[in-house]
Order: sequence, then structure tokens, then C-alpha cells
Amino acid sequence: MSTTTTESKQKRASSNAPTPGLEVKGPAVSKQMLDGAQALVKGLEREGVEYIWGLSGGAAIPIFDAIVTTGTKIKLVLVRHEQGATHIADGYARVTGRPGVVLVTSGPGATNTVTGILTAHMDSVPMVVLTGQTISPMLGKDAFQEADVFGITMPVVKHSYLVKKTNDIPRIVKEAFHISNTGRPGPVLIDIPKDISSAPCTAELDPPMDLPGYNPVIPVDKARVMAIAEALRKAKRPVLLAGHGVLISRAWDSLRRLAETLQAPVTTTLLGKGAFPENHPLSLGMLGMHGTAYANKAMVECDLVMSIGSRYDDRIIGQAPKFCKDAVRIHIDIDAAEINKMIRVHHWCVGDAGEILDELTQHVQRLDTNDWLNHLNGYKKKFPLKYKKYGGLKMQYILDELDKLTGCNAIISTDVGQHQMWSAQFNKTTRPDGWLSSGGAGTMGYGFPAAIGAQFAKPKDQVWAVVGDGGFQMTMCELATAALHKLPVKVLVLNNHYLGMVRQWQELFFDNRESGVNLEGNPDFAKLAECYPGAKGFTLKRGADIRKILKRAMDYNDGPSVINAEVEKADNVYPMIPAGRAIEDMILEAPKYKMEKPTGST
Amino acid sequence: MTTSIANPHIAQSTGNHTISVYVTNKPGVLARIAQVFARRGYNIESLVVSPAMDGQFSRMTIGLSGNPEGMEQIIKQTSKLIDVLRCVDHTDEDAVTKELALVKIGAGAGQRAEVLQIGEHFGCKTVDLTDTSMILQCTGNSEKIDALIGMLGKFRIIELVRTGKVLMARGDGLT
Ligand SMILES: Cc1ncc(C[n+]2csc(CCOP(=O)(O)OP(=O)(O)O)c2C)c(N)n1
Ligand SMILES: [Mg+2]
Repeated sequence: MSTTTTESKQKRASSNAPTPGLEVKGPAVSKQMLDGAQALVKGLEREGVEYIWGLSGGAAIPIFDAIVTTGTKIKLVLVRHEQGATHIADGYARVTGRPGVVLVTSGPGATNTVTGILTAHMDSVPMVVLTGQTISPMLGKDAFQEADVFGITMPVVKHSYLVKKTNDIPRIVKEAFHISNTGRPGPVLIDIPKDISSAPCTAELDPPMDLPGYNPVIPVDKARVMAIAEALRKAKRPVLLAGHGVLISRAWDSLRRLAETLQAPVTTTLLGKGAFPENHPLSLGMLGMHGTAYANKAMVECDLVMSIGSRYDDRIIGQAPKFCKDAVRIHIDIDAAEINKMIRVHHWCVGDAGEILDELTQHVQRLDTNDWLNHLNGYKKKFPLKYKKYGGLKMQYILDELDKLTGCNAIISTDVGQHQMWSAQFNKTTRPDGWLSSGGAGTMGYGFPAAIGAQFAKPKDQVWAVVGDGGFQMTMCELATAALHKLPVKVLVLNNHYLGMVRQWQELFFDNRESGVNLEGNPDFAKLAECYPGAKGFTLKRGADIRKILKRAMDYNDGPSVINAEVEKADNVYPMIPAGRAIEDMILEAPKYKMEKPTGST
Repeated sequence: MTTSIANPHIAQSTGNHTISVYVTNKPGVLARIAQVFARRGYNIESLVVSPAMDGQFSRMTIGLSGNPEGMEQIIKQTSKLIDVLRCVDHTDEDAVTKELALVKIGAGAGQRAEVLQIGEHFGCKTVDLTDTSMILQCTGNSEKIDALIGMLGKFRIIELVRTGKVLMARGDGLT
């Protein structure tokens, strides 16, 4: 293994020389002499940026150059595909709560970020994406590598800029970070024509922002909180539904205080995992399409549901008119546009989850929920998450063992598919930064790069990427990035040789007619990993070896490891609420009869 | 409101709303707003954009048709855009709404008097007159203009150009 090469590469990467052989001796840049690109880098420094993930090209060269000439401490990490850069930035942002920064070139470089921008947008993740652009006089003339990325990304950004004047750069950078990580966070794109980044910048480097239409600070409306407290007082069978907003607001302690004060059970969305410790007696685990039976049954039987920082999305509510139709419905969210969007609610309060929860906790007392909690505990005993340890190797078995081995203390980043749902079920999340998954967009290819981002953010923590054989192949080129930076990310490829989740739908709803789901031609992922200097590959085929192999990966910390786990090919995820059906229609095991085609889209 | 006169020139206006949006005068703001409406299946019937009193800002008046149930949501989503300061759905009760129309009618000497008489009734100005045509300019609320066009329907309308609605909140209220 060529550790020396890796090391020297590592050094180069951290000393920010973008291309080997291009060791520019940067002159000390004085304030008056800054160009737009250098002013941009200064702006990123002011915002406390640690890392930039990116991949260069003609229109972005001035910005990559400025990373060298400014002598900035910001570390530039070269990725292998721009989508990877966005997911790495996303993982970093979810774990740290700070915007991840991406830098790419124009045209195809910029369009390669669109999936990652959508993913961040759907899940309210702060991100700043810097794209190079052709020179301004060529805009709109189909110049080489021109793409109207400002227009292309408009529906999937929180905000975006096409920079017209070099002197606007310091203000725009400041605004972009502010917008991206206040209120409901989201991605902000800055498209910078090459002539603009190359021209001198004479503007003040810390200018005032100009955002008269943006005011993310919403004071708590005490009257609304009192109304919610009053509704809670009358509840006999309450459920608190915690979403990603609790994590974004860093309100996990506030939520826990409220739940314990009330003695109310808590369920979380897929993205809310970590908002409430899943080993807490009041936890019902995740609800929704593949949520726990007890969480979903609690939704059917509750007399009050209060969502905190979730958007009551279609995979949670099933059929909107039937969702908690006889219960008092309450919604706490920072985004006013979420209130009454999916379901009508009786009470709502717009603002920061933590502030609202703290205010609310002052006005409530313990509710008489003993019967309700006993009833739900009965469901936990009657309908536990279960699987068979014998027969073919099950994903659930491996994930359950992983949960035990890590003591629920690792950061788990998943891809999208069956493995994601089983991981959500079996990997109990107890730490607020312990769970990363693409929820809103359901982006295959997210899991591994997001784990890289998490590992950059938390170098000492154990980070697992739980991925499918399909999704991993979409972004596995970032093995080079992980290996080069000696990131000990552990990739668990749950290899069923299928696009498993789609195969499950075809089996259940389309008479088992398989169409385009067989992944024959998969590489040997363990061997593949070994091709990268510093990466390790493991193969797992038998239940008896699970612990041994997982431990080996845990013990290897000089680079990434990839476990190729050959699992049962045609298992199905339950419980399941078919898309577009009501929660009442949840099925707990393989149906005996043919099921109707789902009316919900996905 | 729809008028009873069936005429292809009249904007069909079931479930009509007039929304006033006060925005910063920055590139892309119109596209962002249009996207919010388009995504939810709303049709923009009319659109007027012009500088506000403070030149940093613009005023948009948007006539819309579409499902009234989604309107609350649309207004919130528009308000959420970074460049939007205010977005208000106005009704006839709380705002004065006006538009201007130019109607070119093919009318020779024989029909001119009757056209002028109708025009006068609606307070129109004749802004162009030739041997074979004339252009009437009419201002007022949309119903009035619809009615004028209805009355002119028996003549040959060569062209019709409407500005779309502009509105202003009544009393002390802000638009
Ligand atoms: C980029 C992308 N393309 C397609 C899909 C649709 N899709 C959802 S799950 C899935 C199958 C995933 O297969 P795999 O990664 O092997 O995971 P498994 O379900 O087998 O665990 C597909 C194709 C998606 N979510 N994202
Ligand atoms: Mg698979």
C-alpha cells in the first residue's frame, strides 16, 4: 500500500495547492489589490468557513486561484463529481449546523450540483453553492460551458444570485450565509461570471446587508402558545410528532423537557430521528410509511397530535382527510407556509421550535396519560420490529447488530431504499447529530458522500454509511476523496443485487413483474475498495460473521472501509402503509392477497 | 366577476383574485413569483409591474384565476421569497381596481356615430380616427371594460389591448 503517496497527497491537499505542479508562490495580497475572487474567499473566511468541496474548470479558475493567492486557512477538498461535493457539504451541514460550501465551474459542473441542491432544499439544509459562469458579455449567447444555472436552480434554492458587479461580492457572500442558515435553512447559489471574479474589488469587505424582504426572527406569540397549552391540558391521548425542525433549532432538550413534563409519547419523522432519544421510554420511534406499528397506531388512536418542526408530509399522513381526523391537530413550525398546507390544524404557532417549546413547557403540567402509555406499551410488545435470524442473511440482522455494537453512538448516514428504511427502524438514534438521510428528495447516491461530510465535521466520531448496492454505485467515486483524506468512514453495502425498494413495489403492486430492477453486473465492492490506496474491503456472507466483520471495519481507522454484505435478495420492508392510503391501512407482514396499485405517487 | 355576455375578448374570471406584491427591484424576482403560481397550477391572467414610489422597489399587480382554496398557501409562499416585502390578496371592498383598454374598431362613416355614442356612455376617449377605423381608450374597473367590449361586439373589433389591473388599498391601508 502506497502510504507515502497518500500522505504527500494529503499534505498537498491541506496546503491548498489545487493542482500538482502548479505551486504558485502567492504574493501577499493587500486589501487594495483584491480581485473579486479574493474578496469572495475573504468573505468565506469571515463567515468561518472551514472547508470548500469542489471541482474546478475554466470559469472557476480565478476562484480556485484565489484560494492559493489569499493564503487562506480554508481547506479545499477536491471531489470526484460535483454531486458528491453537494452531498458532502450537506452531511457536514447537518452534523455541524453550519452551511456547507461547494465550489464548481460553469455549465456541466454547475448542473451536476442540481441533485444535491434539491436534496438540501427539500430537507432544509444550509448550503452555499458557488458556481463559475462564462464572462458577462457572453451571457445568453450559448457560450462554451454556459448554463443558465440561476434559472435552472430557481425552484430548488432558498435564494440565488447572479453577480453583476465585482463590488457586490462581499455583500452577496454575507447575505448568502445569513439567508442560508437563518429561519428555515436552505441552499443559496451564487453564480459568478469569470470577468466579475477577475476584476478588482474596491468594496468594503464587511458591508451591511440589503435584505428588506427577509426577516427570519419571529417573536413567540404567547397567546397562541397559551391556546396550545389549553388544548394539551384537555388531552388524554396526546402524541408529540418531532421533525427535522427540532434538530435545526437545536431544541432537543426543550422537547425532552416538554415530553417528560407532560408524560406524552414522542414519535419522529425520518429526518427527526435524533430529536428525541429512541431508547427513551416515551419514544415510539419513527412513524410513517415504514414506521413502527406502535407509532402509526398511536396516530390513529390519539386525541391530540402536535407536530414540532415537521411538515406533515405525505409519507407521514397517508390520506390527508383521514389523518388524525378526530384529534386536535397542532402545528409548530418556523415556516408560515407550512401551516394548513397538508392538513388543516386547530392551533398553530410560527417561530423557533426551541423558543416555543420552552414557553409552552412553562404553562403545562403532567397529563393523566398512564392508561395511554400502558396501551401503547402493549402495542410495543405485541407488534415489535422483528426479523428472522436464520435462513438468508437479513439486512435487519446486520443493522440490529450494528446498533448493538455501536451502542447507538455512531453517526449513521443512509442512502435511499429498503436498507434506509430498515436502518431507520433498527438503528436507534440517541444523539441529535446521529442520523443523516435524504428524506424529502429521496436521493440515491446521498448516503456515502454525506457520511464523508459528517466525518470531516467529526473526525473522531464513528461514521457509518449504510447504503444499497444501487445507490452506492451512483457516488462511489468519492472513495478516492475519502481515501485521500484518510477518512475512516465505514461503508456498509447491503447488497441484495436489486434496486430493492422498487422490486418490492413491483412484487406487491405489479404482480411481481420485475422491470429494470436487477442489478446483475455489480462489482465486488470489497475488491473495488481495495483498489483505492488506504481503503479496506470486507466481505460478509453469514450471520455468524456479522459481529466479527463489523468490528474489523470499526478497528480500521486509517481510511475508509467497505463491507460488501451479501444479503437476502428478495425481502420486503414492513410495516408498510401503501402510498396514498390511510394509516389505518398499514400492513404488518406480507399480504395474502394481491394489493391494489397505490394511488400516491411514491 | 364574469359578465353574462359571451365574448372571446373578455377575460373569463371565475375564482378571480387580484394580488399586490411589493418587491425589491432585483433580477429574477418576477421569475420566482411566476414559478410559485405556476407550480400550484394558477394561471396568471394579468400582470402589471412598475417601479414603486421608492425606486429600489417594484409593485406587481397580478390577476389570477385558479382554485381559491390554495390561495392562502400561494400568498404565504410568495411572501416567503427573499425579495418580497409584502403580498396581499385584495378584494373590491378593500381596494380600488382599475385597468385601461385600447379597442380598435373597424368602423367607416356609417357606423362611426353609433360607436362614438357607446364610447361616450363608457367615458371613452377616441385616441385615433381614420376613414375605416378608430381606437377607443377606456379606463375603469374590469367589469366596465368587459361591458364596453360586449357592447362593441356587434362591430368588427380589429384589436384589443388591456393593460391588466392595477389596484390601491382604500383608506389609510397599505397596498
Ligand atoms: C437518484 C434516484 N433514482 C431513482 C430512485 C428511485 N428509487 C428509490 S429506492 C430505489 C432502489 C434502491 O436500490 P438500492 O440502492 O440497491 O437499495 P435497496 O432498496 O436495494 O436497499 C430506487 C431506484 C431514487 N430514489 N433516486
Ligand atoms: Mg439493493
